[in-house]
Amino acid sequence: MKKLRKITEQIVKLLLTVNGGVTSLAILLIIVFLFKEGLGLFKNPSVEKGYVLCVNSANNVERLSSYEIKQIFDWKTTDWNEIGGNAGTIAPFRFEEIFSLYSDEELGEDYSLLPEKLGEVIAKDINIIAYIPQEFFPQNNNAVKILTSENIRFSDFFGGTEWLPTTTPSPQFGVFPLILGTLWISLFAILIALPLGVGVAVYLSELASERVRKILKPAIELLAGIPSVVYGFFGLVVLVPLVQRTFNLPVGETAFTGSLILAIMALPTIITIAEDAMRNTPRAMREASLALGATHWQTIYKVIIPYSSSGIMAAIVLGIGRAIGETMAVLMVTGNAAVIPSSLFQPIRTIPATIAAELGEAPVGGAHYQSLFLLGSILFIITMIISISAEFISRRRQSKGI
Amino acid sequence: MKKTILTAIILTTIALGAQAQRIKGSDTMLPLSQKEAEEFMNVNPSQTVTVTGGGSGVGISALLEGTTDLAQLSRKIKFDEKQKFQSNGKSVKEVIAAYDALAIVTHPSNKVKNLTREQLEDIFTGKIKNWKEVGGDDLAIVPYARETSSGTYEFFKESVLKNKNYMTGIMSMPATGAIIQSISQTKGAIGYVGLAYLNQNVKAIHVSYDQGKTFVEPSVANAKNETYPIVRPLYYYYESASENKVKLFIDFVLSTKGQQIVSEIGFISVR
Repeated sequence: MKKLRKITEQIVKLLLTVNGGVTSLAILLIIVFLFKEGLGLFKNPSVEKGYVLCVNSANNVERLSSYEIKQIFDWKTTDWNEIGGNAGTIAPFRFEEIFSLYSDEELGEDYSLLPEKLGEVIAKDINIIAYIPQEFFPQNNNAVKILTSENIRFSDFFGGTEWLPTTTPSPQFGVFPLILGTLWISLFAILIALPLGVGVAVYLSELASERVRKILKPAIELLAGIPSVVYGFFGLVVLVPLVQRTFNLPVGETAFTGSLILAIMALPTIITIAEDAMRNTPRAMREASLALGATHWQTIYKVIIPYSSSGIMAAIVLGIGRAIGETMAVLMVTGNAAVIPSSLFQPIRTIPATIAAELGEAPVGGAHYQSLFLLGSILFIITMIISISAEFISRRRQSKGI
Repeated sequence: MKKTILTAIILTTIALGAQAQRIKGSDTMLPLSQKEAEEFMNVNPSQTVTVTGGGSGVGISALLEGTTDLAQLSRKIKFDEKQKFQSNGKSVKEVIAAYDALAIVTHPSNKVKNLTREQLEDIFTGKIKNWKEVGGDDLAIVPYARETSSGTYEFFKESVLKNKNYMTGIMSMPATGAIIQSISQTKGAIGYVGLAYLNQNVKAIHVSYDQGKTFVEPSVANAKNETYPIVRPLYYYYESASENKVKLFIDFVLSTKGQQIVSEIGFISVR
């Protein structure tokens, strides 16, 4: 009998070890996968894969940056001399236009004559810049040359200010506005939620009667269980018009609206954890403080809050974590405009909202897909930095003692 | 007992799966395909059709991988997608199931009634910023677009913006419902939605594609007689090899009954 128990114990121990090991390994692998997929982005050419940009050989422009290409095909850069060529109005040509110039019969069976016709078109116009599939590039035509294509650059990704991942010929992956948007909205969410949350926690743990507490605490915890899309819907229908009217803005979908919603969503977490920490203050400490003649209020802010500061810190971290990673609600109320935020009352776009909105349609393995993974990696790094620094702060506080 | 039930469920799923047809793709077409599938299964109880969304691009890549039998697309198949099928030794067939018109909508209080394509292009690329520049009140214009993943986003870009990019920092909404909601509560707003989504909370703009000679109201009738310019076909794509499998469903969609459903959903029938 005793032996059997011993064996069972051994088995349980083994199972728990394996369980722990496998789980940690799985998490680690997910992170590795995330980064591996994401970093693949920089191996992609800045012009869409499988396509090339061609110009007339007489043109002395050799290479163009991703941004310059975009400006040309948006008709914003209109003269070659603006980008280092000879003066002449740029004529952007998209591959599809060939089908309106020639009928399918003229292009031959299986488009065998297509390269030849493309060559003719490009040779005819010295100012043309043509965006065509690589396989239809007119090989034997000396009047056509390919613009040197470079890979997507690190600086374009982190320093770029335009997020237009589906633009052809050259998608723009500027994540700077997205990162700033995410931090911006989370910062204000936590600034709103923190005083409210700690206030409620103090009230619940110190001031409220047992009866009020018994009703209020579960009610607040219930708020944490509401799906975020419900918060988002509430935000869109109620908060957005409210913000718009109160501040007399042209639009109600602003960073502020998002912060408000996030603050509401982070509140239950902050309240619950902070309140637990405060209630864990030993009875001896409270009584010692009161016995020294301190008032109730003095006890709260001189003894209880300092004692529970590491718990409050944990509450803040979890609150920020929730705010930064929140997707659905933010997607619905912030307007998702990828601009660098300059005020609280303008639309912004966050990283999680971008991933959620775009991953469904991004072709698997393509540059857009990989850029979204890289966004995920960035989000992961941001949250990691926040948790590490919060841990550091709370540990330092503790060692100082009370 | 539990085991028996479980086995029974698994067995039925497998049995049904054998005759099931799968449709995948555009979210715009989702309500249409679902309704068609429902009616189709009523008429042919032996058939099962499952419909899933995910986007036009998802649909066509699923068709290429063989994880769906029909792909529903709110845009024409792209050239390089077609090339992919060819290089895999497959060929696709295309069926136009219905037409969808895009309506340009503003807040109901907006005085502007007519806009030309050129004006729309300038508004959505950020050149025109105030309603007074197009004959309205002195009010900032707030353009709303769909997310980049949407076929509607691409179609609007192609048809109205002539392939130019939207202005940087345009508001982009995850769903048509959200666009309607936002526009109905934002005075200077302008956006685009499928004709089927028009309601009293927003005002539809009359559009001109001929430099302002004629302005046409978005309506089913105008889309049908081809006077309204912003109309796109909605497609089903299938592999030529599996034609027999999907033919029954396609025929049903194109039948009088099927096209009646098209009109009920708010799209324009092909007849």
